[in-house]
Amino acid sequence: MSVGNGGSAGHLAVRDLSIHFPTDDGLVRAVDGLSFTLERGKTLGIVGESGSGKSVTSLGILGLHKGGHARISGEIWLDGEELVSASADAVRKLRGKKMAMIFQDPLSAMHPYYTVGHQIVEAYRIHNQVSKAAARRHAIDMLGRVGIPEPAQRVDNYPHEFSGGMRQRAMIAMALSCDPELLIADEPTTALDVTVQAQILDLMRDLQREFDSALIIITHDLGVVAELSDDILVMYGGKCIEYGTADDVFYRPEHPYTWGLLGSMPRLDRAPTERLLPIKGSPPSLINVPPGCAFHPRCPYEERTEGRASTEVPGLLETEGGHLVRCHLPREERRAIWENDVKPMLETT
Amino acid sequence: MTTPKDTAPVSDAPGSAAAPGEGAARQGEPLLSVRDLQKHFPVTKGLLQRQVGAVKAVDGVTFDVYPGETLGLVGESGCGKTTTGRLITRLLEPTGGSVAFEGRDITHMSQGHLRPLRRDMQMIFQDPYSSLNPRHTVGTIVGAPFRIQGIETEHGVKKAVQEILALVGLNPEHYNRYPHEFSGGQRQRIGIARTLALKPKLIIADEPVSALDVSIQAQVVNLLEDLQNELNLTYVVIAHDLSVVRHISDRVAVMYLGKVVEIADRKSLYGAPMHPYTNALLSAVPIPDPKGRAGRDRIRLTGDVPSPLNPPPACRFHTRCWKAQEVCKQQEPPLVELATGHKVACHFPENAPAQKADAAV
Ligand SMILES: Nc1ncnc2c1ncn2[C@@H]1O[C@H](COP(=O)(O)OP(=O)(O)OP(=O)(O)O)[C@@H](O)[C@H]1O
Ligand SMILES: Nc1ncnc2c1ncn2[C@@H]1O[C@H](COP(=O)(O)OP(=O)(O)O)[C@@H](O)[C@H]1O
Ligand code: SF4
Ligand code: SF4
Ligand SMILES: [Mg+2]
Ligand SMILES: [Mg+2]
Repeated sequence: MSVGNGGSAGHLAVRDLSIHFPTDDGLVRAVDGLSFTLERGKTLGIVGESGSGKSVTSLGILGLHKGGHARISGEIWLDGEELVSASADAVRKLRGKKMAMIFQDPLSAMHPYYTVGHQIVEAYRIHNQVSKAAARRHAIDMLGRVGIPEPAQRVDNYPHEFSGGMRQRAMIAMALSCDPELLIADEPTTALDVTVQAQILDLMRDLQREFDSALIIITHDLGVVAELSDDILVMYGGKCIEYGTADDVFYRPEHPYTWGLLGSMPRLDRAPTERLLPIKGSPPSLINVPPGCAFHPRCPYEERTEGRASTEVPGLLETEGGHLVRCHLPREERRAIWENDVKPMLETT
Repeated sequence: MTTPKDTAPVSDAPGSAAAPGEGAARQGEPLLSVRDLQKHFPVTKGLLQRQVGAVKAVDGVTFDVYPGETLGLVGESGCGKTTTGRLITRLLEPTGGSVAFEGRDITHMSQGHLRPLRRDMQMIFQDPYSSLNPRHTVGTIVGAPFRIQGIETEHGVKKAVQEILALVGLNPEHYNRYPHEFSGGQRQRIGIARTLALKPKLIIADEPVSALDVSIQAQVVNLLEDLQNELNLTYVVIAHDLSVVRHISDRVAVMYLGKVVEIADRKSLYGAPMHPYTNALLSAVPIPDPKGRAGRDRIRLTGDVPSPLNPPPACRFHTRCWKAQEVCKQQEPPLVELATGHKVACHFPENAPAQKADAAV
C-alpha cells in the first residue's frame, strides 16, 4: 500500500476514478473519470438517475470490485493511503475500521441466522481487541444510540424480528460501531416509508456530528440530498456533470441536466405548477454512452453548441469558486438561460 | 411564492396556479361510490389451516369519486391502498361494505355480469417490468382487450392499437416489438395504452410512476394529465409520494392501517391538514431546498406503522400520535365533515374551524 501526501487535499480524495466492466455486450463504462474530495465532518451527496454509476462508485471506494472482472484506474486516497493500488487484503482491513457502508436493503446486508447483537459484536471484534462481554456492552450502547428501544433486550433479536426502520437503524449501528472515518450510505432510505425516512435522516445527521465522520450519501432523491449534503455531485452516464455546494446546485445550477431534474420534480414547498417539465428520452445505457456530451440526445440546448455536443466531450470546468460544470455552453449563456428561462419556469409555470 | 422559512412545508397559498381539472370536480352524481369497504385476509395455521386471525388490510373505507376528477389515495406501505384498488376493480372479493359504479352496486356482481363493466374500469399496475407478458408483442398486449371483449374496430385491431400507441407517445411502428426492448418509462406507456384500448371511464392507477426515474416520472405524469383532458377520464391514483399526489389530484384521501383518516380537496388537505397523521406525513417529506432545512420544525413520529394483524384499538394512530388522550384509546373517532368537503377522523383535529372542532371533542 503506498502512503504519501496524495490525499492531502481532503480526507478522502478520489482522482480520475474509472471503473469499467467488460461484458458480452460490450464495455460498461460505469464510472468514467470521477474526481472529488471530502473532509471529515462533511457530507457529500451523489445524485443521479438509475444506472448513472452511483453504486459502482461507492463499491469501488470500499474496494468491493477488487478480484472481480472490473477494470479500475485512477486513485482513491483515504487518510493518506492509496486504495486502488492496495491489495484486496489491505483494503479489507480498512473496511469496517476506517470506512463502512449502509445499504439500501438492510436484510441483504445482515445474516438472517445470527442475532443483530452477534453481528455487531463480530464486526466490532474484528478491529478491536476486546472481550466478548465488552463488545456486547458496546453493541447495546450502539443500538441505544441509534434509537432502538430497550436495546438490552433487542440485542438478542434476529433481523427478521425488527421492522424495516429498526433494521436500518441496526445497520447504521453496525456501520458506526468501529467509529469509521468514512461512511457511505447508498440509498439508505429508499425502501422506507416517509415518516421512517425522516427519522433515519435525522439520525444520520445527528450521528455524523457526534462521530465527525465523512459521509457520502447516494440517492436519486433531490429532497434527501438537500436535507443532508454540504456538497453535491450530480452524475450522468458515469460522469460528474455538475459539482458544487448544496447552494450552488439548488440555487445556481448551470448544467441543463440539473435543470431537467429540478423541473421534473413536483415540490411541496412551492405553489403547485400547472405542468411538470420532464427531460425528453431516457437515461443512456452505459455500454453505449452517446459520443461527445452524454446528455446531448436529451438536451434542449444541444444545437446551441455548434455540433460540438455530439463530437467533443465537454470538460468539467470551474465556473466559480469550486462550482464545476461539464457543458460546452459559455458560462454567461448558461447563467442567462438559468435566470431568464429555467428559474422562472420552475417557480411559476 | 413561499419563503424557505415557512414552518409548514407546504405552500398552497390562495391564488396559486390551479391544477388541471381543479373546479371540474363534483359534477352530478359520483361515478364511483365506496362505502365502508372491508377486506380481511384470513391468517391460518397448521396442517388443518385453522384460522387464527385476520389481516385487516382494508377496514372501513368510504369515499366518492366524481366524473372527470382525480382522487389521490396516499399512505404508508401496507396501509391498504393496493388492496382498495383491487377491491374496487373486483380483482379481490370484498369481505364487507359496498362498491357502486355509475349508481349500480357491483360489490358481489358475478364475473359474467362484470365483463361489460371491465371496459369502463381499468387498472394500471405499479411495476412496468412484471405487468407485461415478455413473450407477447406490444401489438398483442395493447390489442388484447379488443380480442377478449370481442370488439369490432372500424379499420381492424392493428390500426386501432397503433392509434393508441401514438396517443401515449409511442412509435406506432413499434407494434411488433417486445417489452424488453423498451425502457421503464416506455413500458409504463405500454401499460397505459393497454388500459386505454377500450376507452374506459375510470382508471385506477396503482403507483403508476414510483418505479420510474424522476425525469421519466414527469413524462408519465404529464401523459396521464393530457389523456385525462383529452378523453375525459376519471382517475383514482394510488401513490405514496405526497408531492406527486398533490400535483395530479383534485381531492386526496389519506389512509392509515386500513382506514381513511382524512379526505379533502387538494388545497385544504395540503394547506390546512386536520389529522395529526396527515400533518406528520407532510412534515416528513424531504424538501429540495438546503436553506429550508434549518428553519423547519419537523414533527418527529416515533416507531413504525403497527401490524394490520393486530391494529391498535379505537384510534389506530394513538400509539404514534403526540396528541393522544385517554379517549383516543377508548373510542374510535368517526370520519366527520368539519369544513365543506373536508372530512377527518380525529378527536383533536388540527386546523379545524373553531366551533366544529369543539363539537368533535
Ligand atoms: N393476499 C393477501 N393475504 C394476506 N395479507 C395480505 C394480502 N394482500 C395484502 N395483504 C396485507 O394487507 C395489507 C395492505 O396491503 P396493500 O398491498 O393494500 O398495501 P399498500 O397500501 O398498497 O402498500 P404499499 O405502499 O407497500 O404498496 C398489508 O399488511 C399486506 O401485507
Ligand atoms: N458487475 C457489473 N458488471 C457489469 N455491469 C455492471 C456491474 N455492476 C454495475 N454495472 C452496470 O454499471 C452501470 C451503473 O450501475 P450502478 O452504479 O449500480 O447504477 P446506480 O447509479 O443506479 O447506482 C449500470 O449500467 C449497471 O448495469
Ligand atoms: S454540452 Fe451541449 S448537449 Fe451537453 S449539456 Fe451542454 S448544451 Fe447540452
Ligand atoms: S383521535 Fe387522538 S390519537 Fe387519534 S389522531 Fe386524533 S388526537 Fe391522535
Ligand atoms: Mg444504485
Ligand atoms: Mg401497494
